[in-house]
Amino acid sequence: MKALRNLMNKVEPTFRPGGKLSKLESVYDGMETFLFTPNATSRSGSHIHDGNDLKRTMITVVVALIPALLFGMYNIGYQHYLAIGQSHEGWFTMFLYGLLAMLPVIVVSYVVGLGIEFISAQIHHKEIQEGFLVTGILIPLIVPINTPLWMTAVATAFAVIFAKEVFGGTGMNIFNVALITRAFLFFAYPSRMSGDEAFVKLDSALGMGGGTVVDTFTGATPLGQVATNVGDQLHMTNIVGEPIGMLDALFGYIPGSPGETSVIAILIGAAILLLTGIASWRIMCSVFVGGLGMAALVHALPSATYPASMLDPVTQLCLGGFAFGAVFMATDPVTGARTNVGQYIYGLLIGIFAILIRVYNSGYPEGMMLAILLMNAFAPLIDHCVVSSNIKRRARRAAAKVKEG
Amino acid sequence: MTTVRLKKGLDIHLLGAVSDTTPVAASSPRTVAVVPDDFHGVIPRMEKKEGEHVAAGEPLYHDKNYEAIKVVSPVSGTVKEVRRGERRHIDAIVIIPDGTGEAVELDVKRPAQEVLLQSGLWVMMRQRPYDVVPVPGVKPRDVFVTAFDSAPLAPDLDVVLGDKRQYIAKGVEVLNTMTSGKVHIGVRQEQQIDAPGAEVNTFVGPHPAGNVGVQVANIAPVNKGETVWTMDIVTLARIGELFATGRVSHDTVVAVDGEMVQQPRYVKTVMGADLETVMHNELTNLVQSRIISGNVLTGVKVAADQWLRAPYRHITVIPENNKPDEFMGWASLNPGRFSIYRTFTTWLRGFGSQVSLDSRIKGGERAIVRTGEYDAMLPMDIYGEFLIKAIISGDIDKMEQLGIYEIAPEDFALAEFADTSKLELQRIVREGLDKLRAEMS
Repeated sequence: MKALRNLMNKVEPTFRPGGKLSKLESVYDGMETFLFTPNATSRSGSHIHDGNDLKRTMITVVVALIPALLFGMYNIGYQHYLAIGQSHEGWFTMFLYGLLAMLPVIVVSYVVGLGIEFISAQIHHKEIQEGFLVTGILIPLIVPINTPLWMTAVATAFAVIFAKEVFGGTGMNIFNVALITRAFLFFAYPSRMSGDEAFVKLDSALGMGGGTVVDTFTGATPLGQVATNVGDQLHMTNIVGEPIGMLDALFGYIPGSPGETSVIAILIGAAILLLTGIASWRIMCSVFVGGLGMAALVHALPSATYPASMLDPVTQLCLGGFAFGAVFMATDPVTGARTNVGQYIYGLLIGIFAILIRVYNSGYPEGMMLAILLMNAFAPLIDHCVVSSNIKRRARRAAAKVKEG
Repeated sequence: MTTVRLKKGLDIHLLGAVSDTTPVAASSPRTVAVVPDDFHGVIPRMEKKEGEHVAAGEPLYHDKNYEAIKVVSPVSGTVKEVRRGERRHIDAIVIIPDGTGEAVELDVKRPAQEVLLQSGLWVMMRQRPYDVVPVPGVKPRDVFVTAFDSAPLAPDLDVVLGDKRQYIAKGVEVLNTMTSGKVHIGVRQEQQIDAPGAEVNTFVGPHPAGNVGVQVANIAPVNKGETVWTMDIVTLARIGELFATGRVSHDTVVAVDGEMVQQPRYVKTVMGADLETVMHNELTNLVQSRIISGNVLTGVKVAADQWLRAPYRHITVIPENNKPDEFMGWASLNPGRFSIYRTFTTWLRGFGSQVSLDSRIKGGERAIVRTGEYDAMLPMDIYGEFLIKAIISGDIDKMEQLGIYEIAPEDFALAEFADTSKLELQRIVREGLDKLRAEMS
């Protein structure tokens, strides 16, 4: 470590004002604080500080995303080999294919997003902030695998600049940056974001895989199939026409965005987030409660006009991006409600709206993204109401005193 | 008698606690100093010049706005130096004691306020709102006295009191004449205080249960337009002693503790004494030490050649930076890297054992990201995070509505410790209070 420290000290003047690379000063600072805990000691106030910082916090979220990421990679391979009729391939081959398929998306997401963060930090002479560490991995997990890389790049740039940097960077944004990326893609390129061709990668990934697609192939996600279901009976199949049920959704052997398919992998992440205390259990639980309640309600009034109402409540929550959104998106502390009471309301409404949109708006087979973005907008209002009750209580107390005295 | 159970807050068990509760007498100080910054709200106008003689209890300076507010010399001696910093700000008034023990005697038959102002004990009190030295002439709604200090490594105030506890009753009697309400004394569980005429409330729970502001907020919060006085039990006993004997005692017992102190102990000395005589070479390593007058959360960093600061009964010495260039500390899995959050592994080991904490901030300053961190450390009916945001944005109406009159910087000390975003909360609160005070006057 000593050698590394010496190296950093040696190159430091190059990055400081007047040095050749002074335009990269914030990058140097970012690298230095990444490698070495800052030596800065307390100047005012408390002389001791907790060991936790935002780097640790963000990295822990990334760790919680790893199960979903790994399974997502495997599932991309699984769906691919299923589609080309080679489902006998070993799990490692499938995983490797998925890895190769996702790697470019991850690289694009980080390069574009972090690049913008670096530039912004340099312009404002601020430290590079860690927010994009999480956003950068969320984006590949929620963008359909067949999205062209340039679209992902454009959407990421749009989201980072207009949903985050213009508001002041990490901690200041109103809307979840990863969801804005997804929403941008969804509204700018709708044809590529849904339907048969979005979620199953059929061509080769960096030279691996590829082949003739079987005749029975249909790439629609279960929710997509439900949305177009005709008649009183629901028919959900996998991509080669075999019927599937809730268990397939629980384990994640269904087409969908890479991160969202396996509920089990997501729940492992949820356990990490709750155990480390990073995510608000109030939000996470109330999203599920709200979703379950609403799903039970719509299921009690099934109608062939709204085929999603025929899904039983638990399957409803296992399908699509509901679980992923509840665990990783709704719990974003920056864009969510910040008061304890507010978090219950915020979570419940996300769950309710997600199912409402899913079931009663045939235009959007998936409602989670819109529900969370909608509630992001309302989160400050919810907090305002909760805080107002505290303000009113204080005002009443003062008024009572004045009366007394 | 009310018992208040507080759940929020945190006890941090640092290395270097005092085990022997018998105070050791320090040698008589070589120099003694009064530091005007200790008396927030008083703008000094000197009464004594360099080279002049002062008796113990004789005024050194008074307040610019209220001439009656006096700050006195704790010892008899000669004013050696009025040390000035930037823009002629008075950093310290240094006195060389002559050892004669010459002291001012006061006529305690006069009105209590007059006596307190003249004695120099007035500036040892604080008022809410604004956490400043009380404004003379304003009758406080109540007086709040805390009888224990719950901060990390804090001294047991019963030890600090010693035989001065006999004056508590007299102090209560005097203060009862000065307030329209009650004198409240906050004690911890099983602490005995004999104080007829006072309302004794028991506080059970972790730090900051001993913070007087927390006690006020849980008994009778300060409303807009009201004033309460706050102090600790030692100041109350001094007030009692003044009215019983006509003299102010400037003797004090301080706990000298912390990881870098060889033998943590209680030391009997004089307020404002030079640290050399108080600590006499007890430090294991001067270069890598941070000497704090006060506790690790709210105290003031002082140099080894400076003095014990008046408001504190405590000197803590912690490592300044005991792990320079810690490699990728954010990735550490070592349970020894202390964090109250389960993102690190300290919780696997438990929080019972004593820990070593140095003065590093251990992270960069960020916008507030995580929720509920401040609230978990603030046992008051206040939305800490929203109040801090109101202060940062300078929104005076919001500050008032969210309860800024109820708080002092020290109430946010624990939140500052726990803050993942590493904001300087106590500085922010102090600036908010000062801004509001300037706006209201």
